[in-house]
Parts: sequence; C-alpha cells; structure tokens
Amino acid sequence: MNPEILFFFEVLLGGLLAGVMYSLVALGFVLIYKASSVFNFAQGAMVFFAVLSFVGFMELGLPFFLALLVTVGLMVLVGMATERFVLRPLVNQHEDTLLMATIGLAFVLEGLAQLVWGVEVRRLDLGIPDVPIMWIADATGIFVSALDLVAGLVAAVMVAVLAIVFSRTKVGLGLRAVADGHGAAMSIGIPLSQVWVFVWATAGIVALVAGMLWGARAGVQFALVGLALKALPVLIIGGFTSVPGVIVAGLIVGASEKLAEVYIGPYFGGGIEGWAPYMLAVLFLMFRPEGLFGERIIRRV
Amino acid sequence: MRRLIQRAASAVLVTAALAASPIAPGIAQAQEQYMAVPSSRVGPYSAMGTGYYGGIIDYMTYVNKTGGVNGVQLTWAECETEYNAARTVECYQRLLSGPNGQKMVVFDTLGTPGAYAVINRMAEDEVVLAQFGYGRTDAADGRVWPWVFNAAGHYWSQIAVKMNFMAQVEGGVENMRGKKIVHLHIDSAYGREPLPAMRQIAEDWGVTLVEISIPPPGLEQKSQWLQIRRERPDWVTFWGAGSGMNATGMTEAARVGFPRDRMMYVTFGGAEEDMVPAGDAAVGTYVVANVVPGKDFPLVQQIEEVVYGAGEGNLANPERVGTVYWNRGVAAAVMWIEALKNAQAIHGKAGQPVTGPEFRDGYEALDMTAEKLAELGMSGMIAPFKLSCEKHDGSGRFKIMQWNGEAFDIISDDFVAAPDESFIRGLVEASAEKFAADNGLSVRDCP
Repeated sequence: MNPEILFFFEVLLGGLLAGVMYSLVALGFVLIYKASSVFNFAQGAMVFFAVLSFVGFMELGLPFFLALLVTVGLMVLVGMATERFVLRPLVNQHEDTLLMATIGLAFVLEGLAQLVWGVEVRRLDLGIPDVPIMWIADATGIFVSALDLVAGLVAAVMVAVLAIVFSRTKVGLGLRAVADGHGAAMSIGIPLSQVWVFVWATAGIVALVAGMLWGARAGVQFALVGLALKALPVLIIGGFTSVPGVIVAGLIVGASEKLAEVYIGPYFGGGIEGWAPYMLAVLFLMFRPEGLFGERIIRRV
Repeated sequence: MRRLIQRAASAVLVTAALAASPIAPGIAQAQEQYMAVPSSRVGPYSAMGTGYYGGIIDYMTYVNKTGGVNGVQLTWAECETEYNAARTVECYQRLLSGPNGQKMVVFDTLGTPGAYAVINRMAEDEVVLAQFGYGRTDAADGRVWPWVFNAAGHYWSQIAVKMNFMAQVEGGVENMRGKKIVHLHIDSAYGREPLPAMRQIAEDWGVTLVEISIPPPGLEQKSQWLQIRRERPDWVTFWGAGSGMNATGMTEAARVGFPRDRMMYVTFGGAEEDMVPAGDAAVGTYVVANVVPGKDFPLVQQIEEVVYGAGEGNLANPERVGTVYWNRGVAAAVMWIEALKNAQAIHGKAGQPVTGPEFRDGYEALDMTAEKLAELGMSGMIAPFKLSCEKHDGSGRFKIMQWNGEAFDIISDDFVAAPDESFIRGLVEASAEKFAADNGLSVRDCP
C-alpha cells in the first residue's frame, strides 16, 4: 500500500483509539447528567481521586483485586456522601446551583486525594503491554498495542451494560424520571436519594476504570484532572444524555483531532489538537445543539 | 491502615495550619534574615515543587542548625503558587515583606512562566530573581538584567550541550551532516525557548530540524509520535512540562517503536518522578543534569544526618533525599547562602542581615571554584562557575545521565560543555541588547 495512505489510516486508527479513551471519561458525565441534569465539574477530580486511592491501597499492601474492590467500595461511599451532604440539601434548587456545588466538590476531592495519599507521581502497571503487537504490525504496517485493544474492549462493554441498564431496567426508568424533575419523580414514589447514590457511585466506578487506563500510560498524578477538558467536546457532539452517543462522539473527536493535527496543524504552527475538537463542537452547537443523540428539549414559554 | 490514619491526621493538621495563615512562618529569632519560598506543592507540577522547595528548606534548616550564616538565623515564609503565573505574582506580593518586617532579597519561581510574570519588577523592588536552570535566557546578560541570574545554566547552553553529545555518539560534528532531529515540545514559550540556539546550530551543522508541538497537558501524544515515526529522525529532544506529559512521551515512543536511547529529555522532564510512571518504556532515555542527583555527596549526607536525623526534614517521604529535584533545590539554596556570606563580607555586615541591593552584590560575586565546592561537600554535584557584572549565568555545563529502570546512570565522566560556548554567549548578548533597545533600557557598563 502507498505509504501516505497507510499513514493516513494509522493516524485515523490512532485517533479512534484515543477517542475510546475520551469516551470513557465522558461516560461519567453522561450518567450524572441523565439523573440530575447537572454537568458534573468534579468528574475529572473523581478520576484522579479514584485511581490515586486504588494505587494508594496497593501501596498499603493490598493485592490488586482486593485494592480494586476496596476502591469500588470507596467510590460508592463517595457517592453516598455526595448525595447526603451536597445534593440532598439542594433538592429542587436551580441546575446552576447544583453545577456550582460540583465545582466545590471537585476542589474537595482534589485536595483530599493529595492530602491523604501525597503528591508523588505513581506508576500503575496493569500487566498489559503497551508496545506494538508485532504480528499486527508485520501484517498491516500499523502499530497497535494490547493496552489500546483492552481499552477499546472495556469501553465497549461498559457502554453496552450502561445502555441496557438505562433502557431496559426500572432503575434506568427511575433515572430518566428524576432527570425530568426532582419533585415530580418524588411525587410518584421514586426514591430520589437511592437513584442519586446509584448514579454517583456508578460514575465513580467509571471514573476508576478511566483513571486506571489513563494512569497506566501517563502515571497516576494530578494531571489526570485535566481529562475533563477532553470529555467536553465529546459531550457536546454526542449529546449530554446519550450513552451510545458518547462512544460515537468520542470516536469522531479522537479521529478528527488527530487528522487535524497531522494534516492541518503544520499550517498553524502545530499543537492544534487542543482546540480543534472545540471548533468541531461549536459547529455542532450551531447546527445541532442537542448533539448527535441528545434529546431535543422543547420548552413552552 | 495505620499509615492511612497517620496521613489523614497530618493532613488535617496541615489544613488547620494553612487555614490559620496563608503564609506559614518559619523560625523567628533576634539576628535573622528573611527568605521567601514561593512553593508549588499541589497541582500537576507538585512532584517537582515538593522536591525542589523541600531541598531549599532542608538546606536552610541545615544552615540554621549548624550556626546560621555567620550567626544570622534564616527565617522564611511559604506561599503556594500551584506553578501558576498569576498565583506567582500574588505570592510575590504577599512574600515581599516577611512576618518580621524584613523585605525579601531573593525570589525563585522554579518555572519560566512565573519568572516572566515578575521579571520586570525586580529592579524596582530591589529583589534578586534567582532563576536556577530555567527562565528568560538572555537575562544571563547582567548588563541588561542586573537583578536576574541563572546560576544553573540556561536552555540555550543546555540544547547546545545535547547536540554536542549527539555529535559525540555519532562520531563527531562532521557526521551530523544530513541527520534529522525532532524537537518535540510543549506548545508554550518554555517549549520554544531553546529554538534560537538550536536552529542556528542545526543550520551550521547541516542538520534537519523538525519542530513538533504538544498542547498541554499532553497526556495524549499519538499524533505527534506518528509524525515522528513518519519523519524517521535520528534523535528527539523532548521539552515537556509536568510528569504526565513527560511520562507519556516515553510510553508513546514505545508504542511507535522509537528507541529511547535516541531521546534526550530536558532538565525539567528528567527526574525520577518523570521516569518511574513510564515503567520499562523509560529505560534508556537520556537526560542532562545541571545538578547531579545522588547521595554520594558529603553535603547530602550531612543534611540527612543533621536535619532528617532530628526529624525536621521537609520531605514527607525521606527516601526522596538525593533525587533530581531535591538535589537541585539544595544547590539553589547553597547559592542563596553563599551570596548572603558574600554580601555580608562585601558590605562589612558579618553577623547581620543584608538588604536586597547588598544581596545582589553578593550573588554577583559568586565564585564557585572546585575548592569551594569541595569545602561545601558538593564536589561533582555542579560544575564550577564564576559570575560577574556581565556574566549572570552558571557554567552552562551539564552531565549526561541515562535511566536504567530504577535510577540514573551518570554516563559522562565530566560535565559536558557546548561545542562553542562563545557562540552561545554571543546569542545571549545579541538578544539582551535587542531587548534593551526595543524597550529603551540602559545597558550597564561593566568593568
């Protein structure tokens, strides 16, 4: 194959694989938005808090799977505490109030994680090689690592499970009702507190998985908080309320930013992939503000 | 679990202390000299900040416990900048006057963005900006920048040293013709800082230079490394910031099969905190050191014994003593104290605190000979150097290190110099003179 065409496909594939990783982070946002119509500013902090705690528990001597279990338990506790001390006092308040509360929560989680576990950068070895799989490289000339494939698989499984939970179970129905209106949902007997705990705990577990995959490549450290910025254009394009939308938008964002960086970047001095996805998101806002799969909200005035 | 509870308890105590005062005062005694510590202990650059400022504070504690500076005890106040330029300016203002009413005499931002944010206030406030291996490069010209120093060498020397090392590996400068180097850098002024020198050397040597930038925070570098794979360079110089970006650089290199022993990391990307998270992918990566890490130096051993032995060390994890950033912080603080001693001697104020202008004179009089370094217990830790009225930068010499998976191997017997040091000096002076002309600044006459 022509080397330039092969290179194009390699950039495209690299973008799609990166997009899957963005989708994992964006998934946590969608869960919470679906249940409370709130953009959770603390999602990046939750990624950092979860994976730092996981590594911290392993440093205390816990084996891998026990540490994972304890961290999942911790994220459930964080979800319960968030519901009890942040969300419950704000029931029926304006969405902007809840948004501000999540900004505060982000500061608390970031600070708490660093105070308890320290600021040292940790290595996280998942035992999954992150070097090219040679038989794929030999056959196609394209470099893909086992970690890339595992990340894709994990994201696909999580999206499938959550899509089923939201569309086929009573819990999912309850979540959608709560998102439409707290008061109305409570009036028909939906336990608001339990729904919120469930959704925040699930978002915490998604954050842990995302943090583990990103941390394995970049180290477990504060910079993981910045991943939230990568998720924002994914959410705008996919729609804030669509689980499948997140995966599709993640792939679009990943592929377009890599192709833009390689083929358009040189004309702008490079480094454009930081803002190129936001340009794409602005285009979507102009022509399809609800995103590809988001709900079109019509309000009577 | 006990360790967890201990950490949580100490965290609560620290929080309470910080809540009581945004600036935590140090020791307060009769004859004392106030020092400002604009540290960065939280956020994405915390690993760097805790190590570097930990080293500075540990050395000041060591000096106090061994008699002070001719009897003068050091006091200090700390302010958290989070490595943010705006917060650095805020901290500068807060720290300008210490709790004892004394004015600060030296400021060290540990970062180019912070240094650029305050650099124009130094002359007015009469405070020394002690850049230590970072910051504005042409400030090494003391004729234009009397209040700014860079005793650990600047980025133009650093890139020249790296290219010199590449030439050594390739068998000589003549073998560099036709080679290709990719400069992979964070998309910021810091990332582009070495380019004026690098472009000129590349042109002189017949080297093709390809510049590729990474938008911060740099946790995703796939497109950059695919471009590198297509370019097939002979070498990559990596100019990253923050261990997330730095570690990702090596893991991405492994993903595209680029050999790590063809990569040279910047001094602010080449620390244990950058290498460890990358695991096996980091093995073989080259780094240059302006201050050599390790515990083999008598000074490091004395600090361990006197400060950490007394349970007064600043590092939460004492195992970080001897690491890259901690040793660099110690060396930076040694310059402060030697400058203080010089200032006391020059102005006849032995046993007394000094003012900003007096400290500036003392810093400018730094003459770190091999004998002096041996006397301080840091022989081989930094290259000898001498500052002067016009020359405000250090030796410009670096040791080459290579990561072996657990620690750095020092692979150059001696400090490596730029291939043509006078050429680098010429670039510095030309840039400073242009800045002075563009901004209507007077150029100082030096004897």
